[in-house]
Amino acid sequence: MFEAVAFYLFAFLTIAMFYITVTTSQALYALTALAAGMIFISAFFFILGADFLGAVQIIVYTGAVMALYAFGMMFFDTTREVKEKQGNKFIVVGLATLAAVMVVAIFVAPIVSTNMTAFYPMVEGAGNTQEVGLVLFTKYLIPFEVAAVMLLVAMVAGIVLAGKKMDLSLTLMSAEQAKDIDDKDKKVLS
Amino acid sequence: MDNAYLIETVIKVVVILLIFSALAGIGTYFERKVLAFMQRRLGPMNVGPFGLLQVGADGIKLFTKEDIIPTNVVAPIFKIAPVITAATAFMAAAAIPFLPAFTVFGYEVHPIVADINIGILYVLGVMAVGLFGPLLGGMASANKFSLLSAARAAAVFISYEVVTGLSILAPIMMVGSLSLIDFNNYQIENGWIVWSQPVAFILFWIAAFAETGRTPFHLIANDHEIIDGFGTEYSGMRWGLFFIGEYANMFFISFVIPIIFLGGFGDGSVLGALALLGKMAFFFFFFLWTRAAWPDVRPDQLMWLCWKVLMPVAVINVVITGFVMMF
Repeated sequence: MFEAVAFYLFAFLTIAMFYITVTTSQALYALTALAAGMIFISAFFFILGADFLGAVQIIVYTGAVMALYAFGMMFFDTTREVKEKQGNKFIVVGLATLAAVMVVAIFVAPIVSTNMTAFYPMVEGAGNTQEVGLVLFTKYLIPFEVAAVMLLVAMVAGIVLAGKKMDLSLTLMSAEQAKDIDDKDKKVLS
Repeated sequence: MDNAYLIETVIKVVVILLIFSALAGIGTYFERKVLAFMQRRLGPMNVGPFGLLQVGADGIKLFTKEDIIPTNVVAPIFKIAPVITAATAFMAAAAIPFLPAFTVFGYEVHPIVADINIGILYVLGVMAVGLFGPLLGGMASANKFSLLSAARAAAVFISYEVVTGLSILAPIMMVGSLSLIDFNNYQIENGWIVWSQPVAFILFWIAAFAETGRTPFHLIANDHEIIDGFGTEYSGMRWGLFFIGEYANMFFISFVIPIIFLGGFGDGSVLGALALLGKMAFFFFFFLWTRAAWPDVRPDQLMWLCWKVLMPVAVINVVITGFVMMF
């Protein structure tokens, strides 16, 4: 009974929060509702017994939404309403409906045709965290590594874009030139 | 789910809420006294013996003060922000074992609300959500100083999460579990983790100051730079809730550090339980001691410390731990 109550409570809360996120014109409401919705989703993981994923959902999404807040702070006055440019409403409604129907179809299709089987059944005696690790480092090793490489690329690109004098190469220039650049930097910094 | 379990859980939740709300009030008294003695003053003296009733006087003041909502603020967010700080601080307590299991009238009580097997992740994650309070309060306040404070909250949050996570990773690798009870039991057999992971201990301790927003990293509400930061526009009990959240967080992190690194409550005897309370008291006292002894660091120094010192050290510590465990 507790599970049913918790499920309907958090289902209602999550949908309400995401509804606020997409309908409000106030940046601060949208971001706060998004953060709340993301945290409420973790409740479903806890109800299903996937404690590890639940905690990770809280940690990852609070951090991610926090970064969004930082962007919000940089780009608008968050205490004022944002005037949105209204495009063609029919296109927006049509595309949104189509996307919603497709998502439901994708998730319902395997259930309807009863083709859902677990490829990797639970290992006896392994905890929740170990289960995630086992699947991540056997079946999904390649996607996991590719994601890591992509993040590394993004990090290097971010450093290059944000850093100063990245078009000069210290290894290709002579010692005097490098020293000159060093001295100039020191003057700027001090 | 049987009734005994339900009643036990409800009682535990109520007891933890009451004890730590009261401790947050008494914590302010300790803080004033400790700071006063370190600065050769007397601290609160006039209300009651040794100023002990000052806590009550402060409580009456906070509860009866007018709750002012300024004109230009985003009212719903402004109102909910203090609640987030206080609520998440207490939610984090759900996975902390405060004492070893004991027996009352033949009924075995485990003084932990939920022994979930990812305890430490849950505690740190939910405690981190508490930083949404200062962030939202600062952003909704329509005040420049509050907005500065909110920006600093976001910076501290994003940076020090990394250090906490990486520093705790090495002990987790050694124990092979995320449950705080397992940490405690591991240390009964293998000795305190602090002896094998001193670097992780120091890093986690430093990051704890950032997570709770205490003095060397007290940038979020730095009185001499940005007035009271996120708290500038708040009054009455809403401001008090921020305070309760901060002090409750200090108490909870003071429980978590000894449980992870200093043997926790040991084998579960009365002596072990008292030892845990003593260690907790020391770490709480250390928060106050640091506030008396250290100046605040600048925001850029804080970022420098996080990304150029603590994070590389934490990564190297994890790699070395991995090599030692493999070979």
